[in-house]
Amino acid sequence: MKGKKVKMPEQDPKKRVNNFKEVTLGYTEEEAIKEANRCLQCKNPLCMQGCPVEVDIPDFIALVAEGEFEKAAQKIKEKNNLPAVCGRVCPQEEQCERKCIVGIKNEAVAIGRLERFVADYARGKEEIEVIGNQDKGKVAIIGAGPAGLTAAADLAKMGYEVTIFEAFHEAGGVLTYGIPEFRLPKDIVKDEIEKIEKLGVEIKYNHVVGKIKGLEELFEEEYKAVFIGTGAGLPRFLGIEGENLNGVYSANEFLTRVNLMKAYRFPEYKTPVHTGEKVAVVGAGNVAMDAARTALRLGAKESIIVYRRGEDEMPARVEEIDHAKEEGIRFELLNNPTEILGDKEGFVKGIKCIRMELGEADDSGRRRPVPIEGSEWIMEVDTVIMAIGQRPNPILLKDAQDIETTKWGTIDACDESGETSKEGVFAGGDTVTGAATVIEAMGAGKRAARAIDDYIKNLRK
Amino acid sequence: MYRVLEKEVLALKITRLKVDAPKVASKAEPGHFLIVRVDEKGERIPLTIADYDREEGSITIIIQEVGFSSEQICNLEVGDEFLDLVGPLGEPIKTGGYNKVVCVAGGLGAAPLYPKVKSLHKGGAEIITILGARNEELLILEGDFERLSSSLYVTTDDGSKGHKGFVTDILKQVLEEEDVDMVVAIGPMIMMKFVSQLTKEYGVKTIVSLNSLMIDGTGMCGGCRVTVGGDTKFSCVDGPAFDGHLVDYDEQLRRQNFYSKHEQEVKDHVFGGEGCRVNEG
Repeated sequence: MKGKKVKMPEQDPKKRVNNFKEVTLGYTEEEAIKEANRCLQCKNPLCMQGCPVEVDIPDFIALVAEGEFEKAAQKIKEKNNLPAVCGRVCPQEEQCERKCIVGIKNEAVAIGRLERFVADYARGKEEIEVIGNQDKGKVAIIGAGPAGLTAAADLAKMGYEVTIFEAFHEAGGVLTYGIPEFRLPKDIVKDEIEKIEKLGVEIKYNHVVGKIKGLEELFEEEYKAVFIGTGAGLPRFLGIEGENLNGVYSANEFLTRVNLMKAYRFPEYKTPVHTGEKVAVVGAGNVAMDAARTALRLGAKESIIVYRRGEDEMPARVEEIDHAKEEGIRFELLNNPTEILGDKEGFVKGIKCIRMELGEADDSGRRRPVPIEGSEWIMEVDTVIMAIGQRPNPILLKDAQDIETTKWGTIDACDESGETSKEGVFAGGDTVTGAATVIEAMGAGKRAARAIDDYIKNLRK
Repeated sequence: MYRVLEKEVLALKITRLKVDAPKVASKAEPGHFLIVRVDEKGERIPLTIADYDREEGSITIIIQEVGFSSEQICNLEVGDEFLDLVGPLGEPIKTGGYNKVVCVAGGLGAAPLYPKVKSLHKGGAEIITILGARNEELLILEGDFERLSSSLYVTTDDGSKGHKGFVTDILKQVLEEEDVDMVVAIGPMIMMKFVSQLTKEYGVKTIVSLNSLMIDGTGMCGGCRVTVGGDTKFSCVDGPAFDGHLVDYDEQLRRQNFYSKHEQEVKDHVFGGEGCRVNEG
């Protein structure tokens, strides 16, 4: 009984590469109860230490085991404002499940799958708690991504009047523009955001703070505190020859065209995306896997991950790598692009790579890749997607130069409170940490909400 | 929200719209651009602000029908609304401290040029304007520029008005005769390329403005990449105005044609007899 996790059904890989429907299908009630019964209900639950948003994991699992699914959902919601999202995209194997006692000798309890089951079960059934007076003062949140939404929801529950300023025409941040439909359906994201709006949070779309409004103006408008959750928006490129050829995308652009602008339904939706027959994705993180798998679904005959390190160094979740392999993604590991080649019209026709071998460990603890002299070769492709990370978005900081940044261009904020060098301004998520995970951003939003509450209480004294 | 207040057809397939957007107008400066979206299935389209009126709370855009989305915008009538309008985006250009500036526009380029000329004029500069177009019918804003310029030259490819030939013919003449401290040139990429080549010979500082393809307009997608002086810049956050002597125009010319096949696909889809054009009439 304690051996392995109850498996979660998935769409057949052969079928799913032809559609954008969700890959994993979620537990049935029976499967969920069975999995919930694997939990030991530890008195000192270590799993909770692994959760950045402090979900009462054993309590909700106990409710699942009793078949009290709606109560379980309420239990999660006390701490986590986006459970249907977290149940899908959190790297549980590195967080709650990693600490699970069952996991020492057997497979850890499938906390993520249970969270997802509970959130999906409760979808449409929950009654939104009506918040009393939101009269504790106004708080402005910049960016409606995971960090901003979490901070907003928590502050609204505490009784603040919260406004989120969002640059795009839709909320969700990376949940909406970045993570593909087949991994995180957009109607689920929309539902979660609607629930946060029902808490009394107002979202102002098409508002680029730093342009239409500065931070100072927010304070003039009597916002007592500001939380910056603007994410890591500026894509990195390799700086090699040919990167501006037609057919070279940042993963951000490729995924935004497909996810936010729905280019996978082109020409019904009017934003185009160029996929071609053969696609190379440079990088091996979750974003790279998303881009490679998206390319296959858009009709690419071959989709290839090009990564300069080896299998063990790939930063993507194991589950994502496994899914990518099942779907037929080709992995060209230990290869580093040195040039992108174009035809005379300026479209990509190939990518020149040099083979690498692993040397000594570097600062990150991973073995450093070293080029093998004379091993260059050309891979014929017609699209190249760069998924090698992002830097923080510069717009807001250009306008607010009194906020101190680190040498990486991220905002220098206190890890625990999100406090920045500017009074009343807090920050969290990728704009502070550099590109990281959804749940870490949510954790930062949660901690900042608490710190903002303390800060405003002190103002009144 | 973002309601069309006034509409005027300036020339064949070129339309001017004044749009209600008080917050954007209050922050708009010469060189800023907007991103608009007409409906749920629409693209995000970048458009340079052609004028703004802070008191009235309006911004003006001028659009040429070149594809499905631009045609959709041109078909908006007074009272219609944009679904989304984001701005002001980009970096404004510096317009104070110049004595004599030559402003060169090619075709629709007159629209984004206009607020810059207005501001340069206000900043005390003498303005010499050269307006170029394929033919007389495609010439726009002539009267508006005339009011701000000490001299105004018109060139057309076919000679239907003014000088028959290119803006560079006149520009060369002006640069020979006048002591100019800056040239601002906005128009087709190829025009900006030749203007910049010419002004480089004369050593005159030149500003051009690029209408790169982009999605978000906030630095996120990197689709608007442009090589400027050997470095990759993003039009949306570093531009759209750049030092004309440093821009890699050939690369930009190639990048503009990235989606030409897709444009045809949209047309086939909309007009291709599948009956899928919703909301018609």
